Amino acid sequence: MNDDGRKTMNGEIGAIERRKERLDRGIKVRTEGIYAISSWEEVAYLALPRLILILGILLLPFLMPSLYWNRVISIVGIYGLLALGFDFLAHYVGLVSLGGSLFIGVGGYLAAILNKSFGLSPLFTIPAATLGGAILCTLLILPALPLRGVYFAIVTLMYPLVLFRIIEALNILGGTDGILGVASFPNPWVEQYLILFVVIIALFGLRRLVNEDIGLVFRGVKDNDQAVKASGLSITYYKAIAVFITSALGCFGGAYFVHIYMVAGISLFALDYSVIPIAATVIGGGGTLVGPLLGCFILVPISELLRAFGTLRIVFYSVILLAFIMFRSEGIMVYAQRKYHQFERWVKV
Amino acid sequence: MFHRSIIPVFLLMDILIYGIINSFSLALMAIGFTLVYGISRLPNFAHGAIYVITGFLVWSLVYLLKLNYVISILLALMIMGLVGAAIYRFVLIRVRGMATSEIIATYALGLAVLEFLRWRGFKGMTYTLPVFIEGSVTIAGIPIDLQRIIVIAIGIVVVTFMWLFTHFNKTGLALRGMAQDEHAAMMLGIDSDWMAIIAMAMGSILAGIAAITLLPLGNIVVEAGYNVLILSIAVCIVGGLGSWVGAILAAFMIGFVQIITVAYIQSHFHMVVALLAIIITLILRPSGLFGKQKELEERV
Repeated sequence: MNDDGRKTMNGEIGAIERRKERLDRGIKVRTEGIYAISSWEEVAYLALPRLILILGILLLPFLMPSLYWNRVISIVGIYGLLALGFDFLAHYVGLVSLGGSLFIGVGGYLAAILNKSFGLSPLFTIPAATLGGAILCTLLILPALPLRGVYFAIVTLMYPLVLFRIIEALNILGGTDGILGVASFPNPWVEQYLILFVVIIALFGLRRLVNEDIGLVFRGVKDNDQAVKASGLSITYYKAIAVFITSALGCFGGAYFVHIYMVAGISLFALDYSVIPIAATVIGGGGTLVGPLLGCFILVPISELLRAFGTLRIVFYSVILLAFIMFRSEGIMVYAQRKYHQFERWVKV
Repeated sequence: MFHRSIIPVFLLMDILIYGIINSFSLALMAIGFTLVYGISRLPNFAHGAIYVITGFLVWSLVYLLKLNYVISILLALMIMGLVGAAIYRFVLIRVRGMATSEIIATYALGLAVLEFLRWRGFKGMTYTLPVFIEGSVTIAGIPIDLQRIIVIAIGIVVVTFMWLFTHFNKTGLALRGMAQDEHAAMMLGIDSDWMAIIAMAMGSILAGIAAITLLPLGNIVVEAGYNVLILSIAVCIVGGLGSWVGAILAAFMIGFVQIITVAYIQSHFHMVVALLAIIITLILRPSGLFGKQKELEERV
């Protein structure tokens, strides 16, 4: 509350004539009942933010000044998928994944192998890498799923680091050079809109999912796993489903990345893919699903501008991440949503 | 026939001696993490970063400020203790109790430090610490540097000290009490924040001791930060949280398996051993070899 409000509460009524009043709108009734479509204003109240977001995302490729920035939009999309996955796992299932690059790496290498060794076109490699990679990642992480606590974070942290070293040391899968000459997309518009559509579908799909029955179970796993267990549901099974969804998003991103850059290298396991999604989630607002996407739209272009600084970029994200988690753990979208649902006005005391 | 029998004997002695040395190195790396995470339940994912900073700090003190080696080491350890306390006081205390945020905050901190060092170009052959005593001895026909003997000696001393500290010292007992039941410990007059500060300071000093003992054997590289973190976590999980015996046993198991892998398979599988050890432990016995604390709570 502001100063005026506090003073009023202390009883210094004579000194102040006005105070700020805040009213929360009746979100429940406005969004769920028939009231939501009672007037154009109410429809707009609900639909406008979503429409603006969707239109904004779809118009982005036209607004970019150069092909380079179109490429940046694609990268934003990849990070957006990772961040959505991270937010979903962390805030709806209670699993903190520190290894987004595992998903990118597995998906990317699978797509590259399918393309180079079997000669499949991106039309087949991307879905295959998405599904196959998601299954593979889920199996890799499975041992940590029956456990509570930090094990999930530790296991996901270790896989990319270790896989990086294995590929580097054994010189398999092209070693440090990577798999070169992967097929590219037939057309830049296909390339651009594929990722944007997938991001939009993933965003709204996940928003729907977490409010379905299975979403309630996910939240139950996060908040009170004993209760879920007491209901006769297997926690490991539901966690595995959640990990599968997240890794599918990440593996799609990886496969897509490999096809736009036409190379699957060891850098797919780079720390950037693990840190930026977390930073974007913390900045954008955890648990909102939109927030992390927005965070990516803020962070990734900045990261591109800082490309000249090399690994200093990771320092930059880490410091931002640390600062936000310590001082502003709420994030942009949580704040924005609250303000959107509030009336503020000055009233006479 | 003669040749066939003599070569494996040498290899066996090699494995035995270097296995012991490697195990004590692991124990040294992991003991700080075990104290902080295993005993006091503060996930300090900046452990590896502290290890690497200590190395660079001692290097800077010795070669840039031209201080005496012993003084540099003591000074660096003191600074690391303060750094550890500061990490708790300024970072961890704000996110205490939120396991997710604790991990992310400390990991981000470690990452920031390590990647900053990498950016500054702290890598390559130039950054090495001097060994404590030059020379080598020959045991059973195998020459061993004195530094490696010192690793074993310091390992034994540190482990014994920590065991005694957490079993017979009031502060040490309080640390264990905090991990077992924070509320009960607070009711008995244990100041939880103060204990956490002590744990973090000691953990950082232990990481520093490990760095100073182990880094003279090779170069100071930023990658070591990640490796040390992974190995410490592996030792901690395989051994079971809150158990010194388990941690030491785990260090020996992982240490010997690593050396055997290097000898018989390929030296690159060094890190894979740690990962596999964690995975196998999580599948077979999630609470670790000797983990008694909160055994049921870890498993859903």
